[in-house]
Amino acid sequence: MTDLTQETISAEIADRHQREQGSGAVHPRRDFPPYRSTVLRHPTHELVRADPEEIELVSPAFGHTDVAAHESDLTIQHAGEPLGERIIVTGRVLDGDGRPVGGQLIEVWQANAGGRYAHKRDQHPAPLDPNFTGVGRCITGEDGSYRLTTIKPGPYPWRNHRNAWRPAHIHFSFFGTAFTQRLVTQMYFPGDPLFGLDPIYQSITDPAARARLVATYDHEVSEPEWALGYRWDVVLTGPGATWTEPEDPDHA
Amino acid sequence: MPEQTPGQTVGPFFGYALPFDGGPEVRAPWQPDAVRLHGVVLDGAGSPVPDAMIEVWGADGDGRPSTERGSLARDPNGFTGFGRSATSADGHYAFSTVKPGVGRSGVGRSGVGRSGSAPYVVLAVFARGLLHHLLTRAYFGDEPDANATDPLLRRLDPDRRGTLVATVDGPRSYRLDLRLQGPGETVFLDYGTAQ
Ligand SMILES: [Fe+3]
Repeated sequence: MTDLTQETISAEIADRHQREQGSGAVHPRRDFPPYRSTVLRHPTHELVRADPEEIELVSPAFGHTDVAAHESDLTIQHAGEPLGERIIVTGRVLDGDGRPVGGQLIEVWQANAGGRYAHKRDQHPAPLDPNFTGVGRCITGEDGSYRLTTIKPGPYPWRNHRNAWRPAHIHFSFFGTAFTQRLVTQMYFPGDPLFGLDPIYQSITDPAARARLVATYDHEVSEPEWALGYRWDVVLTGPGATWTEPEDPDHA
Repeated sequence: MPEQTPGQTVGPFFGYALPFDGGPEVRAPWQPDAVRLHGVVLDGAGSPVPDAMIEVWGADGDGRPSTERGSLARDPNGFTGFGRSATSADGHYAFSTVKPGVGRSGVGRSGVGRSGSAPYVVLAVFARGLLHHLLTRAYFGDEPDANATDPLLRRLDPDRRGTLVATVDGPRSYRLDLRLQGPGETVFLDYGTAQ
């Protein structure tokens, strides 16, 4: 176990946020050393601007032949009911112009209520739940809507630094109408006390952008005697189709 | 205008959720037009990345993007253009797919790109420790004439151009290693969507 303290990690995060104040960057910084695994896994060159061609302006198609309706309910995959707090997560997937992303694939995976993944490499000594795998899929409706039933995942420890804990989250994967809209991200729960300490969440240096990963508790979504409801809307950007490449090859 | 949702790393535990049976077989390997596209993913120390996931997305043999559904539940005679391969313990990924056709000539591959575009497939790279995925292209090493006129390849620093060109390493087999960092770092692309 590492001797690196939370204090050191938190100071690195604060320093980075200070330097990037007002940058307005949406996505996490790939070069973000408080998350130690990024150190050897981020490109050092600037990304090269490319003009999307047709293949990049369209997206793979998925449909109900790929995904069964029951896959959107993570609580009915086994003989018994999983342990934990049953929740409904619903929302809409939109593109950058506010148009719904309909008929498209969403994939989710998550830890169980005790913070343990049903993954062979997860060593957290919390119990596995024989009634919960934590994998789901759905296809968005024509209005971009989705709805999942699951269990609220627990926070879990990881080895980034001493006493490192991830805030509770559900991993989400989205496809848009263009392959350039592809997005893999994590949805968080409101009011989590671990937000300020987590270098993965804090790798998004803009506070408003970070907040967009946090679902809202919605009592209208909750179902009496059954489940608590959360709403989370997602916006995938469109490709920069109007951009044209510079003539001068030195600007590449 | 609604505001864009940020990305986050795929983390270490996607392996039981995202890879699927037949994921790497975009085109069934026994089909006469199938080609192999494979390589290793390496980090800045030159070590293989065993917990990465590569997605491939490419046009068909006529240069047209597929609109077929069924990437997850494949028709062995079909072609959806999309595949997914987790890297193995030694960082290796491998797909069976097709080399895209050059499409309707004169207007670029498909009327959207410019003329002179060479065949390529799009790759998306996800990994633990990679906070937001990376996009790149795999061109084909046995298309030197087309590659010489490709608008993107021509713009690249000649020293880095080769990082996007898969080399022929056997009959109907192409190899493209992906280096996330360091010497020979792969050219990764920004389509004007990242901020
Ligand atoms: Fe996780």
